[in-house]
Amino acid sequence: MKFTLNWLKDHLDTDATLTEVSERLTMLGLEVEGIEDRSQGLEEFVIGEILTAEKHPDADKLQVLTVDNGTEQFQVVCGAPNAKKGLKGVFGGAGMYIPGLDFTLGAATIRGVDSNGMMLSEREMCISDEHDGIVELDADVQVGARAVDVMGLGDPVIEIAITPNRGDCLGVRGIARDLAASGLGTLKPLNIKAIAGTFDSPIDVKLDFPEDALDACSQFAGRLIRGVKNGPSPKWMQDRLNAIGANPISALVDITNYSTFDLGRPLHVFDADKVTGNITARLAKSGEKILALDGKEYKLDETMCVIADDIKAEAIAGVMGGEATGCTEDTVNVFVESAIFDPVRTAATGRKLNVMSDARYRFERGIDNDLAIDGCENATRLIMELCGGEPSNTIVAGHGPDWKRAIEFRPSRVQGLTGVEVAEAEMERILTVLGFVVNKGSAEKWSVDVPAWRGDMVGEACLVEEIVRVNGYHNIPHVSLERPDSLPSSSLTPQMQKRRKVRRTLAARGLVEAVTYSFLPKAQAELFGGAPESLQLSNPISADLDVMRPSILPNLIAAIGRNDAHGHRDGALFEVGPQFSGDTADAQMVVASGARSGQADVRNWMGKDRKVDVFDAKADALAALKAAGAPTANLLVFEGGPDWYHPGRSGTLRLGPKNILANFGEVHPGVLKKMDVKGPIAAFEVFLDNLPKQKNKASQARPLVKMSSFQPLDRDFAFVVDQNVDVQKIVRAATGAAKDLINTVRVFDVFEGANVGEGKKSVAIEVTLQPVEKTLTDDDIEAVTAKVKAAVLKATGGELRG
Amino acid sequence: MSDTETLKADLLAEVEAATTLSALDDVRVKALGKKGLITAQMKTLGKLSPEDRKTTGQALNILKGEVAKAIEAKQADMADAELNAKLLSEKIDVSLPTRPESEGSIHPISQTIEEVVSILGEMGFQVAEGPEIEDDWYNFGALNIPDDHPARQEHDTFYLPGTGEHGRKVLRTHTSPVQIRTMMAGKPPFRVIAPGRTYRCDYDATHSPMFHQVEGLVVDKTVHMGHLKGTLIEFCRAYFGVDDLPVRFRPSYFPFTEPSAEVDIGCTREGGEFRIGHGDSWLEILGCGMVNPKVLENCGIDSTEYQGFAFGVGIERIAMLKYGIPDLRTFYESDLRWLRHYGFSALDVPSMVGGLNP
Repeated sequence: MKFTLNWLKDHLDTDATLTEVSERLTMLGLEVEGIEDRSQGLEEFVIGEILTAEKHPDADKLQVLTVDNGTEQFQVVCGAPNAKKGLKGVFGGAGMYIPGLDFTLGAATIRGVDSNGMMLSEREMCISDEHDGIVELDADVQVGARAVDVMGLGDPVIEIAITPNRGDCLGVRGIARDLAASGLGTLKPLNIKAIAGTFDSPIDVKLDFPEDALDACSQFAGRLIRGVKNGPSPKWMQDRLNAIGANPISALVDITNYSTFDLGRPLHVFDADKVTGNITARLAKSGEKILALDGKEYKLDETMCVIADDIKAEAIAGVMGGEATGCTEDTVNVFVESAIFDPVRTAATGRKLNVMSDARYRFERGIDNDLAIDGCENATRLIMELCGGEPSNTIVAGHGPDWKRAIEFRPSRVQGLTGVEVAEAEMERILTVLGFVVNKGSAEKWSVDVPAWRGDMVGEACLVEEIVRVNGYHNIPHVSLERPDSLPSSSLTPQMQKRRKVRRTLAARGLVEAVTYSFLPKAQAELFGGAPESLQLSNPISADLDVMRPSILPNLIAAIGRNDAHGHRDGALFEVGPQFSGDTADAQMVVASGARSGQADVRNWMGKDRKVDVFDAKADALAALKAAGAPTANLLVFEGGPDWYHPGRSGTLRLGPKNILANFGEVHPGVLKKMDVKGPIAAFEVFLDNLPKQKNKASQARPLVKMSSFQPLDRDFAFVVDQNVDVQKIVRAATGAAKDLINTVRVFDVFEGANVGEGKKSVAIEVTLQPVEKTLTDDDIEAVTAKVKAAVLKATGGELRG
Repeated sequence: MSDTETLKADLLAEVEAATTLSALDDVRVKALGKKGLITAQMKTLGKLSPEDRKTTGQALNILKGEVAKAIEAKQADMADAELNAKLLSEKIDVSLPTRPESEGSIHPISQTIEEVVSILGEMGFQVAEGPEIEDDWYNFGALNIPDDHPARQEHDTFYLPGTGEHGRKVLRTHTSPVQIRTMMAGKPPFRVIAPGRTYRCDYDATHSPMFHQVEGLVVDKTVHMGHLKGTLIEFCRAYFGVDDLPVRFRPSYFPFTEPSAEVDIGCTREGGEFRIGHGDSWLEILGCGMVNPKVLENCGIDSTEYQGFAFGVGIERIAMLKYGIPDLRTFYESDLRWLRHYGFSALDVPSMVGGLNP
């Protein structure tokens, strides 16, 4: 919402400076977004009159002017087509800076003729793009006067942000009222007087709505004014409209706009001679069309309210008038509409038709519910003043909405809810200036009548807010929140603590944390399990971000690809975040996913470089699971993973046969190809929500440590087994062979080759025996060794390697 | 000089003169061997008178000990010298680089959320969370934003095709629905914060379709707007690490709070450099207010008995301000250079008592 300081002073009697007004507005909740002083840099320019204009002796398109600036006369060479004797415009002399040209004027000689100044165009003054000619002012302006004063540029423009609840401040008067309540001046009376009509309007008005839509237009005040002369509106009105960025059109149209910005009271004017028969406010017919004032045709439906004549819809109620009955320069009989339309219906109509207008903006936020008739009277006065004419009697259809209500208010609630002490007399003053009527039934409980323009006031808390807001938020005390206990307890749930540990573990392992969008392109989702229909956004921000992600991996892989394309290779990224399998709360799960690409060990002088592989992913997954507190020793490794992994180099880690805690593996080269990302990439997905819930431990104490005083000893074994036997089987069998003695089983060699036989592989393990009770004798060792061999052979069907 | 003394001087000189282990061994054999000089002398003792035998014998024993010790010492010296010579031959260029290691990092959003939690946790707030795909009612209706409310237009909601028990499925536009779920699931008093992802259908230099918020909620019988002010001023000062940071509360409007406020912090742009603290300028950082009684009632809480405050902070916004990150959109681009530059060490876990702003 924009307005000028002088416009504000039409309604507010105040000596406050621009700065004071601006600061106060912000502290009232009418946040100042900008102050534009359009006179800045133009103060030196004065009104100059062209006394003579002769053709330049040596150039066809130039003239040599004599310009009077009120004190002196100057010779000026000028190329503007409209420069002529007697024209009054804006004169700049030597030494003045021309903002639109970005240079300082000096004395010059143009084609042999001296030029000591210039007449300026609006573009050269930087006030518009107009450059067809020099500024042409009215003949009666004072030569030598400051151009900014004459052109109405001296009035600073204030722009404020209006929150959706403050429809009343979408008119300058409402803003003035807030400032007055805060003590920054006094609100001037509005003094709208009824103007008596001299005849009955030949156009009648009726409201025609079904029972369930009576509020679509609850009141319509209108009258005909005949014999008007439309033309440009006066300069003061044009200046103000220009200042706030509203284009002046003609006096009749400008009056409706002026009322919109001045009182927040949108109006419409019909050219009465183009209206057929009478006016009816009704619901539109399905498929009914209207060509609106913006030149576009809109197709209406039966939820929308229109103002129609006997033939068709002539205006979209509260949104925009129709082209067919709009006022033009030739209008002589005008019919004024000042109506009250339902905010909800108006908003819905505007949304459906995708039209924003100053009228819609106000109606949907709620206008002054008691201003239909006065708005019509005010418009009548302005039309008669600016365009002449003779008014009919006013027609009023409908009684308006039922806006009157009283709110019970306990003055003690101001301190109770906000901690601010405000004297009761001050509370009463604030409410009264804001237009409320205070009825003190008792000292504890008042009954406060809400004014017609404050539809946002619905309860006691609203009144508390009004008082505290106007009293100033700086008066709210600073009170520290008391903690219920002297020490804080943990803020995080066990799940959150788990995620934090996983995140920091992965970062410590060299992975870089990323945060990527929860949505991604559908085509990528398809590669990673796909997203059901329910996860496809109805209104995606772009076709690239149209479904909720079924996996975090595609985002990480795409990011690795982007980095690689920029020359930043070997990216290793992870993310701990949500992924979705449906649109319900339990279909959202938190997953820790990561991907390493390219070289695991980069080229270096002391070792070999190595590309990432499935075991990098497995190690990351296991580390994440361990950090999350999963029982990693009990996990089962299953071969193979979901489709987006390399079928021969991937696996899942499970707790029991069904509960998958993690996927890991090399990403399927086909998937990478489709994503246009270079491999290899080793990735993992750890499903943190699938971990067993930790029980609340009664004690943090750990089991007693077992530290045997006997020397551990190692024994090596080599087995030849079928190629398809999992090494996991050998390790498990060996470990289980003598649980009380076998401490660790380490695989130290795996190989295939002709010497182990077709379809076979050799697996060598080192078994560490830890005696607990006594040093082992040779017989003891022999017995354990035999058990290990037997267990492994039984489990694998292999044989001991000779 | 006696014979013994002469012999001692000669032998020690020979030990000293030996330059190799074999030369030294030669000296040992010459002095202490079965046919050595000292041994030979010992053999002559029997011919002496008992008295001479005693004194000479003692002198020879001492001599024997001294020579043996000198040889041992010399041996040790030579072994050291040999080892040193060997080690010197193993010399390596220590200016060579170390084995490659990769360093990971924590994203500034995670770090900032942990910072916020560490501050508000000290004030007794518990962290709560909720689904990101919400039913319309939790995101809007319960928060006093009915279908036709103009505020809804400002939320630029993402919609999904489905409908839940409480209305159409939407991506939550703020973390406020967690407020609602918390209040509906429990009994007052409440003191919770809800950090998380939020979504709005908007994309430009200052808007991202996904961003993070932390929502705060306190409900009890007496908490008032002065507490809200105290909490947020103390939070802002702790978070930005500026003890006297100016904090300003301005009236504003949110359907779910009444009264509502926006909070600005002081800043300066002197000399083109942006700095948080005392200055000529204000910067909006969050919205807050007293919970609208209608919201309490929507959650089944008696608004005549209980009252509370709520606030919502943009995580990226406060991270950008604190750490000087210029562009919102870069948070989600996963550019390794950016992540490493603005990221945090894995071990840099925020904690109030550990020092939040070292």
